[in-house]
Amino acid sequence: MDKSEKMALSLSGMLLVLFFGAIMYAAVVEDIQVPTCITDMEPFTSDTLFQSGPETYELQMVARMWAFQPSTVRLPVGSTVDMYLTSQDITHGFMIENKNVNLMAVPGAVNYIQVTFDEPGEYFFACHEFCGAAHHTMSGRIIIEEEGVAGNQMGALQ
Amino acid sequence: MNLETFQFSKSAKKLNSLLIIIPMVLLFIGVYGGLMQTLFRAGIIQSDPFMGGDYYKGLTIHGVLNAIVFTTFFAVALGNALIPYSLKMNLNTKAAWASGILMLVGSVMAGVVMLMGEATVLYTFYPPLKAHPLFYVGLTLLVVGSWVAFFNWIPMYLKWRRENPGEKTPLTVVGMFTTFIVWLIATASVAVEILFMLLPWSLGLIDEVNVMLARTLFWFFGHPLVYFWLLPAYVMYYSFMPKLADGKLYSDMAGRLVFMMFVVFSVPVGTHHQYMDPAIGSQWKLIHGIFTFAVALPSLITAFTLAASLEYAGRQRGGKGLFGWITKLPYFDKEKWFFSYLISGLIIFIFGGISGIVNASYQMNTAVHNTAWVPGHFHLTVAGPVLLAFLGGSMYLIHQFMGKPVKMKGWTLSVPYIYTIGVSIFSWGLMRGGLLGMPRRTNTGASYANPESVLYQPDWMPYIDITVIGGIIMFLAIVIFVVAFFATVFARSEVTAEEPKVTFPITAPLHNEPSLWLRNFKPFIIIAIILIVLSYTPVIYDVLQSTYDGSLPYSPNSPVPLR
Ligand code: HEM
Ligand SMILES: [Cu+2]
Ligand SMILES: [Cu+2]
Repeated sequence: MDKSEKMALSLSGMLLVLFFGAIMYAAVVEDIQVPTCITDMEPFTSDTLFQSGPETYELQMVARMWAFQPSTVRLPVGSTVDMYLTSQDITHGFMIENKNVNLMAVPGAVNYIQVTFDEPGEYFFACHEFCGAAHHTMSGRIIIEEEGVAGNQMGALQ
Repeated sequence: MNLETFQFSKSAKKLNSLLIIIPMVLLFIGVYGGLMQTLFRAGIIQSDPFMGGDYYKGLTIHGVLNAIVFTTFFAVALGNALIPYSLKMNLNTKAAWASGILMLVGSVMAGVVMLMGEATVLYTFYPPLKAHPLFYVGLTLLVVGSWVAFFNWIPMYLKWRRENPGEKTPLTVVGMFTTFIVWLIATASVAVEILFMLLPWSLGLIDEVNVMLARTLFWFFGHPLVYFWLLPAYVMYYSFMPKLADGKLYSDMAGRLVFMMFVVFSVPVGTHHQYMDPAIGSQWKLIHGIFTFAVALPSLITAFTLAASLEYAGRQRGGKGLFGWITKLPYFDKEKWFFSYLISGLIIFIFGGISGIVNASYQMNTAVHNTAWVPGHFHLTVAGPVLLAFLGGSMYLIHQFMGKPVKMKGWTLSVPYIYTIGVSIFSWGLMRGGLLGMPRRTNTGASYANPESVLYQPDWMPYIDITVIGGIIMFLAIVIFVVAFFATVFARSEVTAEEPKVTFPITAPLHNEPSLWLRNFKPFIIIAIILIVLSYTPVIYDVLQSTYDGSLPYSPNSPVPLR
């Protein structure tokens, strides 16, 4: 191996170590995680949304051909949501636009992520795994309402 | 150029020609499907004359024919060509024909059930979507056929090693063996998935399958699959490209090191396709992520070695200064038409590689997983460098094995450049749309890209429309290629007194280190198996521990299970 080759090899290695360092930084310091094994959650077959603390909510969402239940969720700004997702039939995918939320909904398993909504607005989500003939219509929204909006009640509309 | 030649038997020549011509027809059907998809997605058409209105049926055919059938046939043909050629040994044509027939029967079987709409499950065939049993049988025969081809080369290689002690195995042979060792390990897992889970389940012999387990077995196969596509292209980059530019391979050892690294790191990385899946601990996903970075290293070494080889070639051709050599390469030399296929693929691969590192980057995968970014990425890899190298290789093989002169050389030379422009536009559109959250595998034309629909997403539209422009250019490039290819197939043979011999532009090394530690596959295969066991045992354990239910089969057309 000549000098230029050795240099190229070490630079490539360093580049990859740098990338890897960035991943570890994001994981450890910023605490940005990917979904993991969930074993402390009872399997569920219908959707639920309830308040679990002053600004925290738990949402159990069910994906099925060809709708998410609930398909519209209303929450006040500043809410932190513990989101659980499963599928009742085949595999679906779930991603909230402008939010780092991306989950596969797989039958026989529960997926989980925590997400905080600091900005009011409508967050669109669409199924991103092929789930049959009407896959392209399977979508919904999360509506984050501003403080003091009439009633500001939370609830799930089907 | 004085090139070595080798006389293939007539039967071997005929077989290798068929192994190139048949998949070319299938590729064209698949690519036609690709064009239709871009039009469907933009809402330009709602139905097409050959495949009807079913976007997902077309998408299944597109993925299976292009990415699985075409690539497997070409890899086998390249091995059938290069291994006898480099070892100067005749192919056992009986076994080779058997492998070809198995592959053909399997592909046709899968193709027919896909066309009938009985297997609209996409090329990943995730359960609990169920395909017709013949779809699974067809894929199995295709894979078994490719195994037979590989098993046919092993005794040749062992015999050569016995007869040539102390000599280095030719790099082409190392490359082809790496390709098929990776393939054999990878397909073992999908064979388990199909034979013990999906096939009996689709036949009704078992009721339920564990979907997460099936996904995990699939991706054990699915990631090394991409190296099975890439490695034959690497073989051509290392052994043909420098020679075509009148250069030498900068380092023979680098090539061998790269192939051995692929043997070691190709497989224990599959969970990076499942970062967003439930039922797998994130710490194991992270470990697969680390190995993924390890397998990026051989590609970076390749980038350096090939650039250094081309620089050497450019300087030999009179290139001066720091970058002067770049202008001296034979980009537009009609007699070196093959060079354009390899060089444009390498340029596309820069972007394919970068987007791949983004996908692999653990948390960053959250932003792109299953969005249109992903097909944007892999049209810059499998439908970029791999496709172009395989097209160039197909033309070269057919020219050699049928003894036909390459026709329409000017057009043949320009295909890769036209395709590169098309795929750059196309993939940019998909990737940019993906970053906005546009999902992949979705017939947007019927909903999100339809102004009449309540689901209309106006901000995705520019990017969907751009893919139409790119897709049309890509399609035109392929049409030109197919015309030139069949013009060559049906051309009059070059008249020669005796049966024409076969030759390949094999590059000599510039630095030819002894690299004794890279001469034997065995230690690397053992390390690979250890890494696979270590990285997959906890993943499979998690999957079995934290899933609670099996799944009945479903058709894509109804939310009620089939049984
Ligand atoms: C004219 C050329 C081509 C065009 C216009 C084209 C177009 C497309 C489009 C629009 C999609 C995405 C569909 C979606 O996610 O909804 C797609 C997917 C795909 N393409 Fe291509 N493509 C072309 C060539 C190729 C080639 C040559 C290959 C492989 C060698 C290939 C492999 C794939 C694969 C594997 C998928 C993914 C299928 C899936 O998600 O199940 N394509 N193509
Ligand atoms: Cu879906
Ligand atoms: Cu991968």
